[in-house]
Amino acid sequence: MKLPLLVPLLLSLASPAFADWQQTLDAARGQTVYWNAWGGDERTNAFITWVSTQTEAAYGVKIQQVKLTDTAEAVTRVLSEKAAGQDQGGSVDMIWINGPNFLAMKEQGLLHGPFVASLPNAKYLDLGPASPASVDFTTPVDGMESPWRLAKFVFTYDSARVAVVPDSMAGFVDWAAAHPGRMTHPDPSNFMGATFLKQALIELAPEPAALQVPVTEAAFATAAAPLWAWYDALRPNLWRQGATFPENQSVQQQLLNDGEVDIAMSFDPASTAAAIAQGLLPETARVFVPKGGSIGNISFVAIPYNAAHAAGAEVVANFLLDPATQAHMQNIDVLGSFSVLDPAKLDAAAQSAFAALPSAAALPTVADLGPTLLEPHASWMTKLTEAWAQRYTK
Amino acid sequence: MTQDGRLLRGLVLGAVGLGLIAPIAFGLLQTGCAAFGLLPALRHHSLSLDPWRQLAALPGFATSLRLSLISGLGATVLSLILATGLCAVFQGRMRPGRSAQLLTPFLATPHAAMAVGLAFVLAPSGWIARGVAAVMGWHAPPDLATVNDGWALALMLGLMVKEVPFLALVILSAQSQIPVARQMAAGRALGYRRGTLWIKIIMPQVWPLIRLPVWVALAYALSVVDMAIILGPSNPPTLAVAVSRWFTDPDPAMILPASAGALAQAVAVLAGIALFWLAERAIRTCGLWWLRRGGRGTWAGPGLRMANVAAMGLMALAALALTALLVWSVAWRWAFPQLLPESWSLAAWAGHNADWLAALRHTIILAAVTTAMSLLLAILWLEGEDRGQLPRAKWAQALIYLPLLVPQIGFLYGLNVGFLRLGVSGGHAAVIWAQVLFVFPYVMIALSDPWRALDPRLGRVAAALGAGPWRRLLLVKLPVLLRPILTAAAIGVAVSVAQYLPTLFMGAGRIATLTTESVTLSSGSDRRVTGVYASLQAALPFAAYLLAFAVPAALHRNRRDLTGAAPA
Repeated sequence: MKLPLLVPLLLSLASPAFADWQQTLDAARGQTVYWNAWGGDERTNAFITWVSTQTEAAYGVKIQQVKLTDTAEAVTRVLSEKAAGQDQGGSVDMIWINGPNFLAMKEQGLLHGPFVASLPNAKYLDLGPASPASVDFTTPVDGMESPWRLAKFVFTYDSARVAVVPDSMAGFVDWAAAHPGRMTHPDPSNFMGATFLKQALIELAPEPAALQVPVTEAAFATAAAPLWAWYDALRPNLWRQGATFPENQSVQQQLLNDGEVDIAMSFDPASTAAAIAQGLLPETARVFVPKGGSIGNISFVAIPYNAAHAAGAEVVANFLLDPATQAHMQNIDVLGSFSVLDPAKLDAAAQSAFAALPSAAALPTVADLGPTLLEPHASWMTKLTEAWAQRYTK
Repeated sequence: MTQDGRLLRGLVLGAVGLGLIAPIAFGLLQTGCAAFGLLPALRHHSLSLDPWRQLAALPGFATSLRLSLISGLGATVLSLILATGLCAVFQGRMRPGRSAQLLTPFLATPHAAMAVGLAFVLAPSGWIARGVAAVMGWHAPPDLATVNDGWALALMLGLMVKEVPFLALVILSAQSQIPVARQMAAGRALGYRRGTLWIKIIMPQVWPLIRLPVWVALAYALSVVDMAIILGPSNPPTLAVAVSRWFTDPDPAMILPASAGALAQAVAVLAGIALFWLAERAIRTCGLWWLRRGGRGTWAGPGLRMANVAAMGLMALAALALTALLVWSVAWRWAFPQLLPESWSLAAWAGHNADWLAALRHTIILAAVTTAMSLLLAILWLEGEDRGQLPRAKWAQALIYLPLLVPQIGFLYGLNVGFLRLGVSGGHAAVIWAQVLFVFPYVMIALSDPWRALDPRLGRVAAALGAGPWRRLLLVKLPVLLRPILTAAAIGVAVSVAQYLPTLFMGAGRIATLTTESVTLSSGSDRRVTGVYASLQAALPFAAYLLAFAVPAALHRNRRDLTGAAPA
């Protein structure tokens, strides 16, 4: 009776992928992985600490979070190591990354891999060619970074102060005219500020499909013309007349908490419920998204080409894809980030673990969040922030 | 003996040259290469001016440069005036030691912590506005740019809060080398007013003694990053902030114009210093004529008193900012327009946020090691001078000031590349090394005057009693100099604790100190946790200063002439 179970096990033991993974586990034991991750969110920091205790117990791999104010710091660090000829034993083992930073590192040959297909838990991912796990801002992932959490653009407002919220990006112009100085967006040099502009670009562009291919001057001029008209109408009614902007979304959330503005934004639909639980937003804070849907993407982890502890980093990347880890992460009391796994590929036990997660008043359901809009090609974001600076930074 | 001294000083000079000056020169060289198009890692192999063209074309570059110059020069000139007023009004009315003690808490608080506190006090939803709201019945904060304003006024104010106590202390210590009381008495007898005397007689003598520290303050104000991020304008920011943003742009090719910007920053500092120097020459020429005219003056008194009032106002603001940090760290919800938190909690101090313990440990270790190394170097240098009977060398002093005058952003990127080649980056060693670059100069400056003022007869008596040079050093000089040594150590601790960019760059971000954590957290949304880190960051140097006052007071309690009190 045991034979049918044993055969696939033996077969898999013999397969090179499994043998390689055992080698990876052996090499990783005792390593400390320096995970470079944006450190502005206490809950994410706490989650990373939790992951470290788990991986240390199971695989002997410790994680040390290197808290960044901006992900590009880690890119610069790897680059300056390359400049110094340090092609081994680099100080960055793993980076929380996506979009332009990933594109820059991939183009400069600064990444280790492809490694995703060799992770045992990659079987829970939808890695089809058009899946969000395979395409990062339309740049093919090619196994050079591994997904770990889902991001979707949402707005936060205080329902005690604001009765009506705009239902589209175009609607923000009238809303701001009726509530001058009560709305702003993070500085577009920050990815959240850039995302706000991108969300408007997608909604207002005459032909959204043009955004999926690398940008050209002509395509940009056509696509962005309605955006600038919209922004010129919006800007005079922004907080401080649009002359200055909060540094990032956390600072803007603080402005919302202080009552200086009425609307904030986030890439994490659960962040509002989380912030309420932490006392960082009033109990009456709620989430809304434009009716046409909002931009969504996946946060990845990548390993630099010269990482000192690449094996340990792979073990951590694999652990992050474990259904139990993803369910723990999606728990609103922990992090509340939506899972990146394909529900169709999960077994019954894993599915019920997700179904049993607690809820909160300010936590939107997947249905509330509406359709997910694809990120434009990464070159659009670079071009958009440059053009914005040309127009509005004097 | 003289040989011995020359050797000792030579050794220290070698260590300073190789360990401190060479890395800066190397870092500047690397940055310079990138600024002129040489960056092999990105396959840029030929000299060109393209990075400069790119820099000039970057949106907001001209505005950034203007903002830096206005806020840096403005803050320094105003601080100098206010500090002069403060010293003039308190001279002869309060013991210098006492006024130094009063200024210490503001001096000890690192820029970042002070900025976080000030931002909350000044913001439209901040403490001052909440006070006004209670009177005016506001329900929402006014839409006024009281921080991050486009004129960088909030940044200037923040810089002045830190610079006024620094310059006041420098003036106080310079004053001790001038017979101020006798000159004032003579001047009063000739019918001059107190204020006029200060400007006409005392300040011209003080200036040569404080010129370098003023330049240091100017260089700092022109190139400050952490405070400018928190209080300064954002679109565009000041040049130093813009340059550090360009260095961390996702597009690595931005390192080229960023390097050019870093050199531009260095040139701006040079230009600022040159401006001060030219002003000094001009004032010297006009001033002589003005002095010889012999006016007894009536307006200077009220002017200085107004400066004094403004300086006291600044210190009150600083005290409010420090209190705000402490209150936030024990708050739970504290929404506008409440003057005090609605609910209190120790959650920010306890819970998983208690990783401040690790950051505190790192900070203490770094501060202890860098201060000990700097003290050792400084004592050996000064002892070498004594034994070699060498005069105080001007060039050596310039050498010491170099790390304080060159903007950090100008050489840190290049220095990191250099450290990586040596294989020392990303560890404690690299951070300690980089911090000593900045701690040593301050320790040396703090210690050299009291050391050179030591009564040489003490050493001669000990020698006559048969004590060798090392015994004289250990048993006579060091115990007598205990107070200035501990004060220098406290300054060293304060400087080490405040280091942001060197710790970040050289530690590869792995070495989390109170300062790196509180700047990182100030870009987040949780003021309560920021309050914890910033309070600790302010408390640590303060504790060091307290020890520096308390230990000699206890040890020398029965040594009248060593208690630091002025001889009766």
